[in-house]
Amino acid sequence: MSFFIGAIAQGLLWAVMAIGVYITYRILDIADLTAEGCFTLGAGITCKLITSGLNPFLSTGIALVGGLLAGLCTGVLHTKLKIPALLSGILTMTGLWSINLRVMGKSNIPLLREKTIISLLESLGFEKNYAAIFSGLILTAIVILFLWWFFSTEIGYALRATGNNKNMIRANGVDTDKVTILGVMLGNGLIALSASLVAQFNNFADIQMGVGSIVIGLASVIIGEVVFGKRTILRSLIAVALGSVLYRIIIALVLELGLKTDDMKLISSILLAVALCFPNIRNIATRNLKNSIQRGGK
Amino acid sequence: MLKLQEVHQKFEIGTVNEKHILHGINLTVNEGDFITIIGGNGAGKSTMLNAIAGSNQITSGKIFIDNIDLTNAKEHQRAKYIGRVFQDTRMGTASDLSIEENLAIAYRRGKARGLKVGITQSERKMYKELLTSLDLGLENRLKDKTRYLSGGQRQALTLIMASFHHPKILLLDEHTAALDPKTAKNVLDLTVKIVGENKLTALMVTHNMKDALKIGNRLIMLHKGNIILDISGEEKAKLGVSDLLKMFEKASGEEINNDRMLLS
Ligand SMILES: Nc1ncnc2c1ncn2[C@@H]1O[C@H](COP(=O)(O)OP(=O)(O)OP(=O)(O)O)[C@@H](O)[C@H]1O
Ligand SMILES: [Mg+2]
Repeated sequence: MSFFIGAIAQGLLWAVMAIGVYITYRILDIADLTAEGCFTLGAGITCKLITSGLNPFLSTGIALVGGLLAGLCTGVLHTKLKIPALLSGILTMTGLWSINLRVMGKSNIPLLREKTIISLLESLGFEKNYAAIFSGLILTAIVILFLWWFFSTEIGYALRATGNNKNMIRANGVDTDKVTILGVMLGNGLIALSASLVAQFNNFADIQMGVGSIVIGLASVIIGEVVFGKRTILRSLIAVALGSVLYRIIIALVLELGLKTDDMKLISSILLAVALCFPNIRNIATRNLKNSIQRGGK
Repeated sequence: MLKLQEVHQKFEIGTVNEKHILHGINLTVNEGDFITIIGGNGAGKSTMLNAIAGSNQITSGKIFIDNIDLTNAKEHQRAKYIGRVFQDTRMGTASDLSIEENLAIAYRRGKARGLKVGITQSERKMYKELLTSLDLGLENRLKDKTRYLSGGQRQALTLIMASFHHPKILLLDEHTAALDPKTAKNVLDLTVKIVGENKLTALMVTHNMKDALKIGNRLIMLHKGNIILDISGEEKAKLGVSDLLKMFEKASGEEINNDRMLLS
């Protein structure tokens, strides 16, 4: 059962990352690869600052700011310089590799005896996985409540409409460039925030750790929506967080079956591919079902 | 009110595909004008409305609304003066947002948006009353996403949104063309009603000559990027479709060869 608890812990630590991906991918309708570099950035900033003796909460906050800036970069490339979104993300992601190395000073920063949010919870008597679950839950809940409020404000409405129909929202007086930048910043800020917590749980930051993160984020978004629904914004946000947990449980089960951690990335991709085509499969299946009912007995 | 001065619009400038679509349009729209715009396919009608709304930056010329020079203003900056309904019924609303959210977005057209709540309780009440009075069957569907509405309902909704806060100009680009005849008539009637009750200034592109003659106080005809006909008042009221066709042939020096215009 411990693998199960571990999976839930990982899922909750990554839930905010999935929510960040949800903002760019679903709300803004942009496939933003900044995530890959941004995740490492969040982790790198956190470990660098914590090892320099900074308070872990403050370090986490600064990681969030780092993510916002990475998003700003992608957003400006996309809207102001008119570079396609996918390419803008790739540019930022690639540039971030070097920036991350500069921030970290080396390709791996271990956290040895430093105080982290996780270790603080452990010192309060939590077992490590439960410390992750507790902190992940609180952070996810705060983020969901914040976004639920934010998306019900005037700017929130404008952001949602921007991803939906740029013509319409421009005709209603909204500068879609500004709003898109804001959305990409928000998404990447959350990704860095999640990465910060993940690093504090893993006790290290590594230059490679963002690789493949976008696939994990997307898979969580899609699994969440398919399984838990997406009727309202609040519903979607909760679904995506749960999707992140479900994703980890599926991965853990697959590993239990005997696959190696080296197979993880392949499994992630397959899982995402399946999740992506699932709605189609379901449509085909229901159509076949309907047809066979109509043919009924003939 | 609205003034276009020597407006030229070219596309893909400097390429082999360079197109010169608007050839120096001069147009003065007076307050309260309801102008119908006709012209063949590709005449530049949509391009002219896009130029006014700022969807395309014009190549040369000037555009004024109430003597404010908007030539270089971006589309979203002009929005506070302009309400728009498009031909494509999906263009006017955000389809994943609900009816009331769309209305609330339009209600803030041209106003600064902040972190205040996106829709207030009193607005909800107002929208419900508004929709009830228009009898579109939408008053109990305020929470429905607009993707689930019919094309006609979406156009009616967009029309209501576009006419909030008395825009200086209402731009209608074949906004009934994608609808079945009966729905098209309803939306057109609603248009006439809204424009009349609010005393709006409107430009309406249509392919239906009869509508173009019947509706509004002024009619202009575009041909190859030029205004070749501009009639109003009495003169327009007396005109029939056959007169219009003759005038077109005389002004353009061409036989009319537009099925859509003839058929309707
Ligand atoms: N953004 C653009 N880039 C390139 N060409 C364009 C652009 N917008 C319009 N055009 C061209 O301008 C010409 C006029 O188009 P426009 O849409 O204004 O015609 P229209 O009078 O509205 O015709 P219709 O009755 O078919 O709607 C067309 O040849 C079109 O291809
Ligand atoms: Mg057109």
